[in-house]
Amino acid sequence: MTPPDRQPTLPAAAGRMRSRVASLTGNLDLIVTPVIAGILLLLLGGVWIYADFDPTTLRILEPDQLLVQLGEQLYVAFFSTLLVVVIAVPIGILVTREGAPMLKNFLVTILGLGQAIPAYGLIVVFFIFMGQGATTVVVALATFALLPVLRNTIVGLEQVDRAVIEAGRGMGMTPVQSLLRTELPLAVPVILAGIRTATVINVGMAALAFLIGGGGLGETINAGLKLNRPTAIFVGAVLVALVALTFDILGALAQRYLRPKGV
Amino acid sequence: MTEPLIRLEEVTKIYPGMEDPAVETLNLAVEPGEILVLVGPSGCGKSTTLRLINRMIEPSSGRIIYEGEDVTRGDPNELRRRMGYVIQQVGLFPHRTIAENIATVPRLLKWPDKKCRARADELLELVSMDPATYRDRYPRELSGGQAQRVGVARALGADPDVLLMDEPFGAIDPITRDRLQNEFLRLQGELKKTIVFVTHDVDEAVKMGDRIAILRERSEIAQLDTPERILTNPADDFVGNFLGSGAILKTLTLRRVGDIELSSVPLLRPPVDREQALRLLEETGERNALLLDRAERPLRWVDRRALNSFRGNLDAARPSVSVLVQPEDTLHDALSGMLQNSMGCAVVTDRGGKYLGVCTIESLAQLLIDTGKEAEASRA
Repeated sequence: MTPPDRQPTLPAAAGRMRSRVASLTGNLDLIVTPVIAGILLLLLGGVWIYADFDPTTLRILEPDQLLVQLGEQLYVAFFSTLLVVVIAVPIGILVTREGAPMLKNFLVTILGLGQAIPAYGLIVVFFIFMGQGATTVVVALATFALLPVLRNTIVGLEQVDRAVIEAGRGMGMTPVQSLLRTELPLAVPVILAGIRTATVINVGMAALAFLIGGGGLGETINAGLKLNRPTAIFVGAVLVALVALTFDILGALAQRYLRPKGV
Repeated sequence: MTEPLIRLEEVTKIYPGMEDPAVETLNLAVEPGEILVLVGPSGCGKSTTLRLINRMIEPSSGRIIYEGEDVTRGDPNELRRRMGYVIQQVGLFPHRTIAENIATVPRLLKWPDKKCRARADELLELVSMDPATYRDRYPRELSGGQAQRVGVARALGADPDVLLMDEPFGAIDPITRDRLQNEFLRLQGELKKTIVFVTHDVDEAVKMGDRIAILRERSEIAQLDTPERILTNPADDFVGNFLGSGAILKTLTLRRVGDIELSSVPLLRPPVDREQALRLLEETGERNALLLDRAERPLRWVDRRALNSFRGNLDAARPSVSVLVQPEDTLHDALSGMLQNSMGCAVVTDRGGKYLGVCTIESLAQLLIDTGKEAEASRA
């Protein structure tokens, strides 16, 4: 899991230096991940050309079916991440308001426990209560991925320079104006880092959705395992990885372009 | 006496969980157009007092009167929009351009965009920053001094009558601080705002204040008076100790070079005749003469040795008089100048650089002795 980005305010010179470093690491993000994705694509192409495709493998890897599974995978990932954001960001905002420090520690601890349970276990637990289907997976994954977003929302809001908030309040910003115009915009980079982490977790973990009838690319891997078709397992696994990497790149781009100017 | 613009009446602040009040039954009146400096040792509650005025800290009891109106209750945000607020850390919004920062309060007051932009430009001009260069920059591109200029401009955003300043120049290097203080005083000369200014630095208090309130524990006013009277006549030992041993010396910050009588030195004007110059030194008994250029601007000091070893053209010498002061400068500036060179005097010029006279270390010493005697006399 990525630690929350630190964004301390620094004097101008150090700030410039930091931004140069940040843009370098930002670029690294946008270079390394695509390279890995490219290598995987090449491997996939190699397998496609040279591997032995018997009828069973071909049936497992039916393109239409793969597309459906991809759709299911994205469906689960998208809605679980959406759920995470809708729940964790407001809670993060709420507990960082004045007079709620106890609640904050309590929540972070509890949700930390949520993450200590393997995603596999969580899916089974939610299956017991909610039955089969993609919705159960969405809820289970949302629970699993809540912590990074909540924690980054809290850290992101808390690292905003107190002097900036004080100056804003001193000029007559209401608490809501301070939150919307100062604190949230300045916390965006850190919150986005959390959402990116959650997205990648969810996209990858959505491969487990097949366990309780939620579909997804896990079906292909599972079928390959059951029918002892290594080619199918490989193709399924690489596809899952590619989808996760794609979202990581999208996340990196979002962090880069949604970062408030001047920060 | 006019009606005070801000009045604190019996204001007490007790922080929750603390036994002793941070501010205890404080009464304070701020007159319109003055700079009132709150100064005192750390922990005396001067910052708390300032923040009570715009209710960044809510008083536990007592009343705050602003422009004749009780503002102790009611919306603190509206009150704050009527007062400029400058803090030591400046606190510019890093994600907003300089112009957007300056237009913060106008925007909160829902001024139209065009008016906000025009106001930002106007204020940048006012704090001597070129609008075209700076308006679209971001705070991280500014130096500390520039940032605090923008901080002051931002506080003036909606043209409030009052500025509350909490150690505004405290985190800035001494040279820049001095410049900002001078600039701010010049600005205040034009704007005539009512300013409450917090500092822990006596020198800054003496320099900036029309009146100074020296505070001790719990924001109790130990003495409230003009800088002159406080320096020459401290109310008690606490004030005396706080001012430190150089209190009389600090009165130099209060007087301008133009206020005292300037001395004269032998002058040389081009073209310089060597024999004549030597004779001039002989006659006046002075060691040095001052060479002026054709526009009456001081060029350099000339002594016997310089004349003896002089070849070529003295007139063409580059200006090398290092200490130049102007009538608006304080005697303190003149003194620090004199201590930097070995001449024991500072050359006074007008704004155009034209020679007016010299200010000598002897005249300053005499002035200090007189001030000390006066103070003693008034105490007796």
